[in-house]
Amino acid sequence: MTATVRLSRRAFLQGSLGVLTLAVTSSGLVRAADADVPKYGADSMPGGTVDDPLVFVSIAEDGTVAIVAHRAEMGTGVRTSLPMVVADEMEALWERVEVVQAEADEGRYGNQNVDGSRSVRHFLMPMRRVGAAARQMLEAAAAARWSVPVSEVRAVQHEVLHEPGGRRLGFGELAADAARQPVPAADALKLKAREDFRYIGNDKVRLVDLEAIGKGEAVYGMDMRLPGMVHAVVARPPVVGGKLRRFDGSKALTIPGVLKLVEIPAFQGAPAFQPLGGIAVVARNTWAAIQGRDALDIEWDDGPNGSYDSVAYREELEAAARAPGKLMRDQGNVAEAWAEAPEAERLAAEYYIPHLAHASMEPPVATVRIEDGRAEVWTSVQNPAAAQAAVAQRLKFEPGKVKVKVLLLGGGFGRKSKPDFVDEAAIVAQAMPEGTPVKLVWTREDDIQHDYLHTVSVERLEAVIDGSGQVQSWLHRSASPTIASLFVEGAKGQQITESAMSAINMPYVIPNVRVETAEVAAHARIGWFRSVANIPHAFAAQCFIAELAHRAGKDHRQFALDLIGPARRIDPGMMADTWNYTESPERIRAQMEGGAIMGLSLALASEISFEKGRVRQSNFHDYEVLRHQASPRVIRTHLVNDDHDLPPGGVGEPPVPPVAPALCNAIFAATGKRVRSLPVRTVA
Amino acid sequence: MTHLQVNGQTRKADVPDDMPLLWALRDELGMTGTKFGCGISVCGACMVHIDGEPVRACVTPVSAAAGREISTIEGMETDRIGQAVQQAWVENNVAQCGYCQAGQIMAAVSLLKTTPAPTEQQIDDAMSGNICRCGTYPRIRAAIKQAAGRLGAGGQS
Repeated sequence: MTATVRLSRRAFLQGSLGVLTLAVTSSGLVRAADADVPKYGADSMPGGTVDDPLVFVSIAEDGTVAIVAHRAEMGTGVRTSLPMVVADEMEALWERVEVVQAEADEGRYGNQNVDGSRSVRHFLMPMRRVGAAARQMLEAAAAARWSVPVSEVRAVQHEVLHEPGGRRLGFGELAADAARQPVPAADALKLKAREDFRYIGNDKVRLVDLEAIGKGEAVYGMDMRLPGMVHAVVARPPVVGGKLRRFDGSKALTIPGVLKLVEIPAFQGAPAFQPLGGIAVVARNTWAAIQGRDALDIEWDDGPNGSYDSVAYREELEAAARAPGKLMRDQGNVAEAWAEAPEAERLAAEYYIPHLAHASMEPPVATVRIEDGRAEVWTSVQNPAAAQAAVAQRLKFEPGKVKVKVLLLGGGFGRKSKPDFVDEAAIVAQAMPEGTPVKLVWTREDDIQHDYLHTVSVERLEAVIDGSGQVQSWLHRSASPTIASLFVEGAKGQQITESAMSAINMPYVIPNVRVETAEVAAHARIGWFRSVANIPHAFAAQCFIAELAHRAGKDHRQFALDLIGPARRIDPGMMADTWNYTESPERIRAQMEGGAIMGLSLALASEISFEKGRVRQSNFHDYEVLRHQASPRVIRTHLVNDDHDLPPGGVGEPPVPPVAPALCNAIFAATGKRVRSLPVRTVA
Repeated sequence: MTHLQVNGQTRKADVPDDMPLLWALRDELGMTGTKFGCGISVCGACMVHIDGEPVRACVTPVSAAAGREISTIEGMETDRIGQAVQQAWVENNVAQCGYCQAGQIMAAVSLLKTTPAPTEQQIDDAMSGNICRCGTYPRIRAAIKQAAGRLGAGGQS
């Protein structure tokens, strides 16, 4: 029996993350730097947070309150929920609020990247301060108008009241005066008490776009139209890193409506957010562009990834997972515990999850117009600043000369934070006559075959479980190409940020713990997909815990709870949400339902595989996702622990990872068959 | 020049006969409520009704739609069942990103026109050609049942 080394998980994580900061900036670069003063949360994001009411709120004379939604709507409800928080704090009536979507401008609005389930986590409090400041400015303006102490007035539902004098003024009447009031200092802000909330936490406010969506009137990136607009699709190298050897476009140019062919340069160095390269076909409409592309005669040079094959690569990952890897967490002495344990007390298992494509229902699309040294972009992106930076760099413009107007996203899931498709549209617009709007559309085939894929992984778990059923040792070794390979050529092995997710920070208290990553090379563009490395890590770890419980002859649930320990125990629900601040309970439920279905989708159906460097799947007929008939008919979400004294959590990603292990453990319980490889259909 | 009857109005489109109705609606007529999702009739985002039948606009050439009654999501507000379905979609807060919902609504309306009180199995059969990546399926099911209940309570017309 080895000595127990007690190490606070939180202290370990903070220490580790403080040593090496891997920052993905809006221009897609990675900085690996010693951070003397580590920053966390919103402060660590480009642009940080802004809580200036003059930036976010404007009030018209008729009393219409315009509130800026500075973050993009991809389906989480943030375009509604953050303005709703402002309206609640400032006592604005929601029916008199107009939501204004911000352009890309992180200097003005703070961070705008909706990756990472961060919007409410990072901006709930800044938006509360914006609303409170606006309310106090309205109150100060009214008090001055009436020459009464500000303590005698209060804002109530779009008016400021002076009850002693029986007077009232509407927000519209006070707007001009309020705008001239000084913005209250942070320590002078009076945030509402919880019982005074009118909208936060009670689901009275529906999505601002809900009715328009049902009528087909909501405008997504795909729906952008401008006079004189032309349409483009791109023939891209089928292998990542491939290049154009030669092409003949003469037949394409005979297709009625085809206007021009534009060469897109192949990327240099690491892929980052650069286009893959290829030939763009520009036409009067989308159909002509697609037909023109079909008529291109192209010969590609596949390059070094031309032999990427998922069957062979899986064997490579398995071999790597069986050899020592790079150390990511080390507690106690796993090697000694394993070596000393009798064979009967050892358990090892390997788990496999293939590449996944995001496959948002709206494929990537961007519209760009260049005129008089300025570029205008209309697109549906998660990270508008990254799109702005990419276009500015491409056109050699100052970022301020590039306006990025954010339309609704038809889903994102991590794909649309990479603006390669916006860059493509800029390249084509640059090749067209000045002022021509170019809409560049990805077809579904483009989306499935040229995605920034979720990684592929083999996870090897080894444990020592003693005769009394106590887990003495835990080894988790991941063999999986890293997201860092997107930004640093040849990068191998998971970064601390990836390894942390459900591997380093697995929840169980075990005396000897070791986490390693195998340094395997990437042969595709590895991106981030809703909940990222938590998907393979949690699949492996939570299936393995069930296997250990079975070995110990114990109830799985009780076994897991005992290993978590009393301090961090929560009541498990069917889909339990442990976040602390139910700002929009109904949207939390929506995210839990949708996340569960996406989790089932990847568990049961989805797989991207490669052969000769090419993605074998091309559309929803062979890249399968969950459909109505396979979906749970009802999903119940139990919201627990609505404690407003704690900071809010994020809900976009957390519901996805638990589903696959829960399903596979249930399959074992029902059939006695262990499923360690996803999707489940491949072993059924 | 092709003449298309869309939501009761005659629209002219100067497009080749083999252009899918989807692109004629979106690019030529500016009716962007009908969405592009897959282009090969496997996701349902482009669903319209032609002479009352549910049809995938992405694989229907305009020549096959000419001279027939085309209904799109933009026309559902004036349809009794369409309106009930749209209302149920709002009341159940169905949409997340919302991109697929026009197609889902068109499929649901088509179902309720032929099957006023659908069973779970009939909902599965009618709706499984429509993909939603946000995972709104349980709410779509609830909204269909609610709309069916309301329409049934209001009497058959």
